[in-house]
Amino acid sequence: MLFSNRMINILIPIISVLLGLLSGAIIMFFFGYNPVEGYAALWNGAFGDSYFFGETIRQVTPYILSGLAVAFALRTGLLNIGVEGQVFVGWLASVWVGISFELPMVIHLPLAVLAAALAGAFWGFIPGILKAKLGVHEVIVTIMMNYIALYISNEMVRSVLTDGADRTPEIFPTASLASEWLASMTFYSRLHYGILIALFMAAVMWFVLNKTTTGFELRSVGFNQNASKYAGMNVSKNIVLAMVISGAFAGLAGAMEGLGTFGYMNVKSGFTNIGFDGIAVALLGANTALGVVLAAFLFGTLKIGALNMPTEAGVPTELVEIVIALIIFFVASSYIIRWVFLRFKKEGK
Amino acid sequence: MDYVIEMLNIRKEFPGIVANDNINLQVKKGEIHALLGENGAGKSTLMNVLFGLYQPEKGEIRVRGEKANITDPNVANGLGIGMVHQHFMLVDTFTVTENIVLGSEPKKMGRVNLKKAEQEVQELSERYGLNVDPRAKIRDISVGMQQRVEILKTLYRGAEILIFDEPTAVLTPQEIKELIQIMKSLVSEGKSIILITHKLKEIMEVCDRCTVIRKGQGIGTVDVAETNPTDLASLMVGREVSFSTEKKPAEPQETYLSIKDLRVKDVRGVEMVKGLNLDVKAGEIVGIAGVDGNGQSELIEAITGLRKTESGEIKLHDKALTNLTPRKVTQSGISHIPQDRHKFGLVLDFPIGENMVLQSYYDKPFSKNGVMNFKNIYKKANELIEEYDVRTPDAYTKARALSGGNQQKAIIGREVDRSPDLIIAAQPTRGLDVGAIEFIHQRLIEERDKGRAVLLLSFELEEIMNLSDRIAVMFDGQIVSEVKPEETNEQDLGLLMAGNTTVKAGGE
Repeated sequence: MLFSNRMINILIPIISVLLGLLSGAIIMFFFGYNPVEGYAALWNGAFGDSYFFGETIRQVTPYILSGLAVAFALRTGLLNIGVEGQVFVGWLASVWVGISFELPMVIHLPLAVLAAALAGAFWGFIPGILKAKLGVHEVIVTIMMNYIALYISNEMVRSVLTDGADRTPEIFPTASLASEWLASMTFYSRLHYGILIALFMAAVMWFVLNKTTTGFELRSVGFNQNASKYAGMNVSKNIVLAMVISGAFAGLAGAMEGLGTFGYMNVKSGFTNIGFDGIAVALLGANTALGVVLAAFLFGTLKIGALNMPTEAGVPTELVEIVIALIIFFVASSYIIRWVFLRFKKEGK
Repeated sequence: MDYVIEMLNIRKEFPGIVANDNINLQVKKGEIHALLGENGAGKSTLMNVLFGLYQPEKGEIRVRGEKANITDPNVANGLGIGMVHQHFMLVDTFTVTENIVLGSEPKKMGRVNLKKAEQEVQELSERYGLNVDPRAKIRDISVGMQQRVEILKTLYRGAEILIFDEPTAVLTPQEIKELIQIMKSLVSEGKSIILITHKLKEIMEVCDRCTVIRKGQGIGTVDVAETNPTDLASLMVGREVSFSTEKKPAEPQETYLSIKDLRVKDVRGVEMVKGLNLDVKAGEIVGIAGVDGNGQSELIEAITGLRKTESGEIKLHDKALTNLTPRKVTQSGISHIPQDRHKFGLVLDFPIGENMVLQSYYDKPFSKNGVMNFKNIYKKANELIEEYDVRTPDAYTKARALSGGNQQKAIIGREVDRSPDLIIAAQPTRGLDVGAIEFIHQRLIEERDKGRAVLLLSFELEEIMNLSDRIAVMFDGQIVSEVKPEETNEQDLGLLMAGNTTVKAGGE
């Protein structure tokens, strides 16, 4: 067979990306910009020198984790819109541990990372238990939990971690993911060791979902709760567990910002969008671990590369937002692409 | 000619089977006409032909004496034919009126004139004694009321001929009485009714005439006044001894499953199993015969731990199973072939191979320390696929892609392979072709011969008669009588199932 189902599933995101970029080029053209210059600037902004490359990878890191969080929940039949809030509490928890005391690095850093994961897990546990026990839809609860996380974090930064300041002190170096070595290699970009954690967690997600009995149960409950109950699985327990694991991934994404990129937490006027972009990353990555890593890489590249577009080609950075939106649009409407393929297949016979 | 509906020599084929062959149905104006037949006899197919959902291969339909070409349900509606479906098609969050006018809303300056609609619904409801509140929301009213909304839907669209598809299957006895009154008032207003059913009692109570279908063949039409339940039952199931599965006489050993005074409620909180007692011994197949909706599903869900029991006791050997989790029940030595294989039996989006270990994935050799061993899983799956003749391209194919018969064989393979003490088989051959049915029957008998206890639930009398060593007739939440298949016949069973206790085992 020319195009097997598997092939089509892989081709759809790729074609969507190409269509998104092509549409972006057309839009640039109609607004009087030079698309070739625009994309060249984007490329240079992402990979032009080692500083830009370092920044790109830094941006990719939280995207991988927030993408994994959304993907994990979706694979188990849950829509976790609350990744954004879970990122916030993870960020807050990691910085809190980072500034509160000084410990040997081998203890302090893992402790700070773990605190972030636990905070995110707890933020996922609440909608999970409400869904499992009372049947409250997780989308509603997680959306609300995002706002709770935003305002609680701000209040904590202002009133608990500082005396009315807008940002916390820097974390102790023993809790930091930053690396002199990585930074110097990339002309002092903010690249940090978090990328290793992100890639490791992608492997963890793949392993848990595909290779363990827990993953088997989680996926089974996601597909068919009745059959899972019939087969003796504890449906409520699995729903809660799925949200807890998803939340933990999201909490780690927060730690990447708190312990890696910034080293502090500040009062925020709005969402970071790391969590919301995670939804797009998971969608483009077809909810698989490898797909999420690749999609996060693309999104990180686009976001960082876009920063160079106004200076080098005079194209506004918003253009990249349009391209991303179009890519998501094409993935979401994959039905059309699939339909074209099927037509093609039929005629080929 | 005073027939409102005439279906003449209707033939409808599906790939591989003839669902209707040479069936005649003539309905007079103002009568309640029963369409009687066993499950799968072709009643629903015939009515779907009349309602325009299927096109017949042969035959002619006349409405009020004129030849009609009913190409889709809208044409049927236009001809005044309305169908009250067994599974209601209502929007839960809409009001009664909104549901009724859906699709043909009265409009006033482009806006839905709900006031006028409510008035019309109220009038119709009063005229036929339906007693429905037009402003109530569907989710707030009982199943019986919802059915009346379905009736009103057809009346609102001007139906003159109403088809009721097994309307009493979902109703409580009180609701059934009320429905019968409603049907009588409908015909007194000049409507005609076709009642699809396999309940003899209802036919005797409300119908004027009755057309019998057996295995897709039209058997004939009788005047209900000139017949009796026994004759109807024999018409329905046929006198000829059907091809029966070969088996040795059972040698029942000690009691494995013992149920005492069991009470179970359904989702609505209505008590469906009402103090039931039943024993199943090693080495015998006990068949539960009964009309759908008499508590059979609730009984099985209670045994397997899927539903809470209110009171009473379920024991396997001497171990209490009452209110254990499904996993604990399974581990006690019970296998369950569920009634609805898509809803309960399989995770359709998993490969068929992984479905084979749905009950045992957590155990060695399929996993160790929480890590799945797919090599062992697929080795087992391939063995079962081979042994149970599951036709699939390979073990990695999604369960969804398999035919019903092969899905069922996979489930049976999985359940039987665990060497359980008790096998509960609920409608194990529903919707399967003859070959698969035979295979499954043989397997169940083999398991019996190995000394296992088998509890069979089926709505097919033939299956019950063929397989069971002992038949427990279930009616209204209780086992009302126990008979041996060789000492009874399908007519008597049919009567017992309909709650007629005057029949003694062994015939008149």
